[in-house]
Amino acid sequence: MQGFFARVLLLLLALAGPVSAQDIVLGMSKNEIGITAFFNGSEILIFGALKHETEASSAGDLDVVVTIASPRDPVTVRRKDKRLGIWVNVEAFDVDLAPSFYAVATTGPFDQVVSEASDLWHQISVRQLIRAVTVPPSTNNKDQFTEALVRVREEQGLYQMLPGSVQLQEQTLFSTSVSLPSNLVEGAYLARIFLMRDGEVVSQYQTSIDVQKVGIERWLYNLAHERPFVYGLLSLAIAIFSGWAAAAAFRLLRG
Amino acid sequence: MYIYLPIAEVSVNAFLLLGLGGMVGILSGMFGVGGGFLMTPLLFFIGIPPAVAVATEANQIVASSFSGVLAHVKRKTVDFKMGGVLLIGGLVGAALGVVVFNYLKNLGQVDLLVKLCYVLFLGVVGSLMFAESLRALRKSKQVTVAKPRKKRGLVHALPFKMRFRVSGLYISIIPPIVVGVAVGVLAAIMGVGGGFVMVPAMIYLLGMPTKVVVGTSLFQIIFVTAFTTMLHATTNYTVDMVLAVLLLIGGVIGAQFGTMIGAKLKAEQLRILLALMVLLVCVKLAFDLIVEPSELFSLGVAGGH
Repeated sequence: MQGFFARVLLLLLALAGPVSAQDIVLGMSKNEIGITAFFNGSEILIFGALKHETEASSAGDLDVVVTIASPRDPVTVRRKDKRLGIWVNVEAFDVDLAPSFYAVATTGPFDQVVSEASDLWHQISVRQLIRAVTVPPSTNNKDQFTEALVRVREEQGLYQMLPGSVQLQEQTLFSTSVSLPSNLVEGAYLARIFLMRDGEVVSQYQTSIDVQKVGIERWLYNLAHERPFVYGLLSLAIAIFSGWAAAAAFRLLRG
Repeated sequence: MYIYLPIAEVSVNAFLLLGLGGMVGILSGMFGVGGGFLMTPLLFFIGIPPAVAVATEANQIVASSFSGVLAHVKRKTVDFKMGGVLLIGGLVGAALGVVVFNYLKNLGQVDLLVKLCYVLFLGVVGSLMFAESLRALRKSKQVTVAKPRKKRGLVHALPFKMRFRVSGLYISIIPPIVVGVAVGVLAAIMGVGGGFVMVPAMIYLLGMPTKVVVGTSLFQIIFVTAFTTMLHATTNYTVDMVLAVLLLIGGVIGAQFGTMIGAKLKAEQLRILLALMVLLVCVKLAFDLIVEPSELFSLGVAGGH
């Protein structure tokens, strides 16, 4: 159903003719995500149309890359080693800024779609994105730590490589969907769309997706940070009340 | 059914939390321990950030201890006077513990220290209790109504004696206060109520009867953990109310069942079970320290290493 809806939209977008001077016309299933009490991840559908120059089809096939990145935070990566028979943290390395969520969707295998040079320049893969903001290494094994960061977050589903997940039809219409996990941090997520030809970026477009807590989640979070004393007392009151209620209920049950 | 936790910022299965709360609640009611030493590691395991787990666990212990203590009050197995004296020590200790904790955090390696603390204390307390209750169990079969050995010594030579009628003791208030401080420090560092140290300390150091110990321990744990909750809520903003509610719904109900089960068991059996459980957790934690982890790298919030 969603797919059908998207296709109709794509068709409309395509028929609309020269919409803007840009090369990419973009649509998204949502540009804001509300984290409610029952939030359990979210799927974003990203679709659009490519506006062709005259020499389009002859100059080689186009590829599309879509990236979604959460706001970036500093992360400490620690390494364990055996000391006196037990495993302890022996070394730590601060990655200055790393997104807590990052997805790269491409039309084909990443290495074929994006050349190393464009990856370096545009920071398309998560490794380049992290390296670009990290200060020059003080230790030689810095790479080992950034690699570990990427590996751990890939295992947690926070960093996603999605080769082949962008569908490109007739060199014009593209669509992809990215599923965001439930443990999202708040903030403005950046969606970037790169139009590639022979590994080089031909054009790019970006937009943001707002992720915010809403409703009771928002209220509790604000209370905890703005009136921590009241929040603490409220937590205790709930605890004492439930303790009492359970005891009273059981007394009634046993007569 | 998944619920998003506003402070922990993860979504978790509500029934899993209810179940965990209930299980730990039963143990809490049976043994007079808050259950934090079991729950906190379990919360780490299901992906709750450690800081949130520790702070929220304190809040949940308030609920299960309160639920448990009401049942004990009805059975008149709470020594309020002794509880009050222990509490004075406990609050001082908890405040000290937070200072020590923050100091260690600046030095780094606080995780390791907490784990070593767990292994050491759980190991010592668990094996002592296990050995002692085995002996007691064997003795009780020989129908000797042997009175517990009254240790005449330092403890009885101390000044400021006070009569604790419910416990049937006439001792100086210095040992209970020292026990309270020590447990308070440990509780704050390890992020638990401290019942698993308090209960054996009351039995073996203060010579209190086992039946009174559980209620009295719960009574003072309520206040120490309430204090800790407030400290965490106002300084670190790490108490997650939604997580706490889910845990404590299971916890308070479990605590009631636990108290019922506890009342049916003999004191020696109760002690042997608690000892076994403490040893089990100890072995698990020690195992994790010794065996090579599958992932040598771990991620943390920058700044706090």
